[in-house]
Amino acid sequence: MNMGVNLAGISLKNPILTASGTFGSGEEYAQLMDLNKLGGVITKGVANVPWEGNPTPRIAEVYGGMLNAIGLQNPGIDVFVERDIPFLAKYDTRIVVNVCGRSESDYVEVAERLADQPVDLLEINISCPNVKEGGIAYGQNPHAAAEITKAIKAVAKQPVIMKLSPNVTDIAEMARAVEAAGADAVSLINTITGMKIDVRKRRFALANRTGGLSGPAIHPIAVRMVYEAAQAVRIPIVGLGGVMCAEDALELILAGATAVSVGTANFTNPRITEEITDGIREYMLEEGVEDIRELIGAVR
Amino acid sequence: MTEKFYEDAIIIRQEEIATNIYSMWLHTEQIARLAKPGQFVTLYCRDGSRLLPRPISICEVDRGDCSIRLVYRIAGAGTAEFSRYHTGEQLRVMGPLGNGYPKKSRKALLLGGGIGIPPLLQLVKELNCEKQIVLGFRDECFLVEEFEACGKVYIATEDGSRGTKGNVLDVVTEKGLDAEIIYACGPMPMLRAVKQFAVQHGIQTWISLEERMACGVGACLGCVCKSTKKDAHTHVKNKRICTEGPVFRAREVDI
Ligand SMILES: Cc1cc2nc3c(=O)[nH]c(=O)nc-3n(C[C@H](O)[C@H](O)[C@H](O)COP(=O)(O)OP(=O)(O)OC[C@H]3O[C@@H](n4cnc5c(N)ncnc54)[C@H](O)[C@@H]3O)c2cc1C
Ligand SMILES: Cc1cc2nc3c(=O)[nH]c(=O)nc-3n(C[C@H](O)[C@H](O)[C@H](O)COP(=O)(O)O)c2cc1C
Ligand code: FES
Repeated sequence: MNMGVNLAGISLKNPILTASGTFGSGEEYAQLMDLNKLGGVITKGVANVPWEGNPTPRIAEVYGGMLNAIGLQNPGIDVFVERDIPFLAKYDTRIVVNVCGRSESDYVEVAERLADQPVDLLEINISCPNVKEGGIAYGQNPHAAAEITKAIKAVAKQPVIMKLSPNVTDIAEMARAVEAAGADAVSLINTITGMKIDVRKRRFALANRTGGLSGPAIHPIAVRMVYEAAQAVRIPIVGLGGVMCAEDALELILAGATAVSVGTANFTNPRITEEITDGIREYMLEEGVEDIRELIGAVR
Repeated sequence: MTEKFYEDAIIIRQEEIATNIYSMWLHTEQIARLAKPGQFVTLYCRDGSRLLPRPISICEVDRGDCSIRLVYRIAGAGTAEFSRYHTGEQLRVMGPLGNGYPKKSRKALLLGGGIGIPPLLQLVKELNCEKQIVLGFRDECFLVEEFEACGKVYIATEDGSRGTKGNVLDVVTEKGLDAEIIYACGPMPMLRAVKQFAVQHGIQTWISLEERMACGVGACLGCVCKSTKKDAHTHVKNKRICTEGPVFRAREVDI
């Protein structure tokens, strides 16, 4: 039985990755689970310089989901290259570095710094709803998304995954725009902008007022958008959004995802990624599926 | 990084010790062995609509019996769920998390406000020095006898029904208490006042902070507080309460 997949020329031992921002660079979870069992780790977004992020509260739980407004706090690429990459390089798993920026030159600078690093793939976050500049400004306009994709592709030495926002009218148009600009893959979905109000205090639950909704509440939206993107482009898709169990991951694969990232579920159970991989294997045994690649986009 | 475990604990017993305040003893495989005063655990709800684990401080540890005690207030649906659990039932727990209080052999003043009182109990049991304990409540008191077994206890109640009418600092002033070190846990206004008092009197002070958490282990950056200096891990002026805290030297943090 084969669980390995090929993501933009990079082989993954299984299709399960950790979603950016929910897993740090793996170190915090290494005591609780086996990083070697992951197809890959997608790191927290990193920029050219350190970012302080948003004021607190940054987290609010909602029914079947959560809102976050971390604001892309990160230590900057210098620390990341010295500390986080060497840590991950000790494990038998793929390293996907998630990149954020406020301007095109920020993104380009990070991609250049990573060119000679032992990194397998870059994931470019143009879809963070929690920062004012950069991020989502590129993710909601197909021309801007294409321009930034081109700029990064011009310097990147690793395959480039563009991470798309669900906060758009037509996800297929966005996917087509970055594919045409040279993206090697797309990942979707990032969080959906939401808001929670504390009725007793008559205040916003988050200091940022709005935050990104993640968790099972957004899963059906992710399935629909992965399906629409899969119908629109030929480049591979990393599917994510509310995956809590093997069945959720399989839905995204059947809708067209080559790999699946697991985010919020790590908070609910730090060993969830391993349980999901085991669950997919069981499903394949039960259903007599020899090769997981038979399942990718099998529902049309 | 401190060792931590994710395990199924078994509830040894649970009782309501004051209105909506519950005391729960849990049998754990590993957590009790490692737990230090001031550290916390996170508890996982069974109801799948509540995704995030609830942070609760370790109130007491019985290492011989492999058990820990948690004392919590019903604050919402998650803690209400826990309060309905019975002896023998399983509960998913992760811990021990965070740093805990440093134990110094100096004349100590322990200041606990409301639901910030429980984590001071294991600390006071392990401190080997002169101890003055001030507990502040709104009205109803809890855990007082346990503290009295460990040192001199002063009480403050907001409604004046027991001890000094007012808050913990009113007691400190009224009784003229002095100390070489302060350990405090309680609501933010109390901690701000304690920090101000400590700065005025030049007393080394350790406070335990709270923030909304998602991962509880330092990965999500949800739970930060402002620090006065650049933090060694985050490389910005933010410290993760779940990892660098929850206990901080008062002067390290901007509260
Ligand atoms: C380090 C630490 C130690 C704590 N120790 C104790 C303790 O010993 N005893 C005790 O009674 N309480 C303690 N708390 C507070 C406790 O975590 C909250 O009361 C609890 O999470 C509320 O959950 P709920 O589902 O009942 O409430 P809800 O309001 O329904 O919870 C919704 C969400 O908000 C979070 N939340 C709500 N209130 C708080 C809060 N005050 N701090 C952090 N997150 C919160 C919940 O975890 C959950 O994610 C501690 C908090 C922290 C951060
Ligand atoms: C706390 C938190 C932090 C996140 N940080 C990032 C980030 O830095 N970069 C990014 O591209 N996505 C970030 N995301 C979005 C997730 O990677 C993912 O797209 C989203 O949460 C949906 O997946 P999920 O429902 O499995 O969590 C973050 C999500 C959460 C909950
Ligand atoms: S709760 Fe995730 S970093 Fe503290």
